[in-house]
Amino acid sequence: MNPTEIIEQFRIAVRDPFGTARTIREGQNRPVVGYTCTYFPEEIVLAAGAHPFRLFGKSTVMLKTDAHIQAYGCSLARAVFEDALSGELDFLDVMAFPHSCDTMQRLSDIWRLNIKNTVHLDLLFPVHLKSEAAQDYMEAVLERFRKGMEQVFQVDISKDAMQNAISLMNRIRASLTALYKLRAAHSASISGSDLSHVVQGAMILDRLEVADKLEALVSALKGTHTPTRTAPAKRVLLSGSVCLHPDIHTIIEEQGGAVAWDDLCTGSRYFDVQVPEDLPPIPAIAKRFLNRAICPAKHGGTTRRGGDLLKLISTHRIDGVIFLFLKFCDPHGFDYPDLKTALETAGIPTLFLEVETGKPVDGPTRTRVETFLQILNQREAAL
Amino acid sequence: MKKHKTSGKPAYYMESVPKMKKIMRNYYLKAKYARYLGKKVAWITSGGPVEPLIAMGIIPVYPENHGAMIGVSHTGVELCEVAEGMGYSGDLCSYARADIGASETGGGPIGGLPKPDMLICCNNICGTVLKWYEIQARKFQVPLFILDTPFVHTEFTKEAKTYVDRQVKDYIRFLETAMKKKFPYDKMNVVGKRSVEAMRLWQQVLNTATAKPAPFTAFDAFFHLALIVTLRGTKTVLRYYRFLLDELNQRVEKGIGMVENEQYRFLWDNLPIWHRMRWLSRAFAARNAALVADTYTSAWCGTVDNIDENDFLGSMGEAYTRIYLNIGVDQMAEKVLNMIDKYDVDGLVMHSNRSCKPYSFGQYDIQRIVQRERGLPVLILESDMVDARKFSEGQVETRIDAFMEMVGQK
Repeated sequence: MNPTEIIEQFRIAVRDPFGTARTIREGQNRPVVGYTCTYFPEEIVLAAGAHPFRLFGKSTVMLKTDAHIQAYGCSLARAVFEDALSGELDFLDVMAFPHSCDTMQRLSDIWRLNIKNTVHLDLLFPVHLKSEAAQDYMEAVLERFRKGMEQVFQVDISKDAMQNAISLMNRIRASLTALYKLRAAHSASISGSDLSHVVQGAMILDRLEVADKLEALVSALKGTHTPTRTAPAKRVLLSGSVCLHPDIHTIIEEQGGAVAWDDLCTGSRYFDVQVPEDLPPIPAIAKRFLNRAICPAKHGGTTRRGGDLLKLISTHRIDGVIFLFLKFCDPHGFDYPDLKTALETAGIPTLFLEVETGKPVDGPTRTRVETFLQILNQREAAL
Repeated sequence: MKKHKTSGKPAYYMESVPKMKKIMRNYYLKAKYARYLGKKVAWITSGGPVEPLIAMGIIPVYPENHGAMIGVSHTGVELCEVAEGMGYSGDLCSYARADIGASETGGGPIGGLPKPDMLICCNNICGTVLKWYEIQARKFQVPLFILDTPFVHTEFTKEAKTYVDRQVKDYIRFLETAMKKKFPYDKMNVVGKRSVEAMRLWQQVLNTATAKPAPFTAFDAFFHLALIVTLRGTKTVLRYYRFLLDELNQRVEKGIGMVENEQYRFLWDNLPIWHRMRWLSRAFAARNAALVADTYTSAWCGTVDNIDENDFLGSMGEAYTRIYLNIGVDQMAEKVLNMIDKYDVDGLVMHSNRSCKPYSFGQYDIQRIVQRERGLPVLILESDMVDARKFSEGQVETRIDAFMEMVGQK
């Protein structure tokens, strides 16, 4: 199978996530566990013989959500709930809410009160990841979830099953990292839009299939790149929560730039850091959650995110950062001014974009991205 | 205008008010000049555990209380605009925006808060405070302590209890390090008992509004709340609330209501709209309606039963975790129904507060539960606690009129 064919399968999954999940549920007779955030132990779900399925929100018109969540709720939460209320998610056996932001926390309550045909589970992870008590508490929450999965699906989750699931997810994380590195090294070998679909698709498709396909894709792409431009592309980093707007990549590429890395939960935050395979499974998963790239809804020190971002910029030789936020996203909104100042002090230009899921990138946003890339190009010329 | 039967003063006049103003003035003066008094200042979130600070002799300062003062003094918009100019979105919490603006300019009713020596953040009220305190920790370069209280959607798990209890011990160690002295456990016992007594007194104060007519309204409770938030654990609070309780009981005995011709009684949900307190109070009073109780001010005594006054530190983790804003929407609805019955109200007024997502998301479901279980009309006013740009008097007045029609038809 050539890269285009593989990528197309991920694109199909992103276009039709619910159909994909139904096929897994019916075809493989595997229950489906929905979730909303990358702080989710997919390994435990896999070890229970179920399928972890990330929700991105497909609905674009809020016919039913408006009666439950105010319009100043973020579009991701509202769209995901609209999917549920309209029956699109009736294939879910379990809906799991890892603790993230205030909005998702309340969405969990509202979901529990209104969606009655799924088992509802909350994962009350620590928010303060640097405290001495965090590791123990994280493990206890994971253990409770493991028992919850056993109870719901009437299975015993063996240590071997956990180890296998961890190995499988580590294969996926390794391949996604390899793909990102390939792209960072040879920006034309896979388009940003394609890669964005691959990461999203990896959270939708059957994970064994994902692991195999990603390894095939990495092999197929290695060494295939032939430079298409004389001038090196401007290397952009996208930072934010979810990026469900692959058009952004296309606009950047049309202006001679490329997204060389990202700090997104539909991107590198999904696959950052492996679960150590030499530790018992639950402490190992906890350790990864404590060490992986942090989400702004969690605390890892007051300068952690700025420091991490500057490291990414240095490692991947980034020319400019585009902050891509969902409107009404508080955690990112609060981090933004200090991050912007830190980057600009380091000489890195930034652009702020606010988008909503389900709405296409509009004309003014396109113009701003184009202008930003033109500025980056001019900086090069001036230097 | 109805007069006090004895003093001849207007019915709305309360002796407690100037007393309270004086206490708060002194408190802020002391905080502002803490350095000259050889005292340390800690900024702390409104749901945070203040008692260990009081025991340690640290002056607690509340950016949220400051936010409320900014709202009342109508300086919210200009300070929010300062923060927005720094890059903070206008959709973020207006307490945080106003405080960040005031930290930058020294603006607002008291010329900004005194600089903190440390920051104490408890995320039992929202995730916003975590981000807000991270920002201030970077700005002031001071240590930040976080008490992370897992959300209680349906149950307070045993692992959550272990987790918060361990953090209480971390908190004490943090204070010992910051103050370079041993934690005074004996004094803590005294402060803990005072705090519990203050919470009980505050509950009794709120209970007086079960009387008909109500001797004071939620608008008054929003004002008298300041002490239970800021200084619980001190003698001042006990003295003040005993005085207030006496005054309210006297008003009940004499049948003095805060709203002349109280005909309708409502329950308020969410934070006040600080910049329209007087306007709203008059708008309801003009329609013979009293907002006799609210879900907000009762939050500071709602978990008193979870505290063991003989082991305050040992029970405080759970008590601070199970506060009103840190529980599931169905538990909140249950409390709302209890208050509806207790205060015998005719309707529910909900402030859909753009600045407070954990308080506001779920209100529509609570509204349905209230309508289903009690058949009461519900008014939802969308606004913001500090940002006056998000309030339209004309629109709100029209909605209040429509609501009153519904109430009148019942």
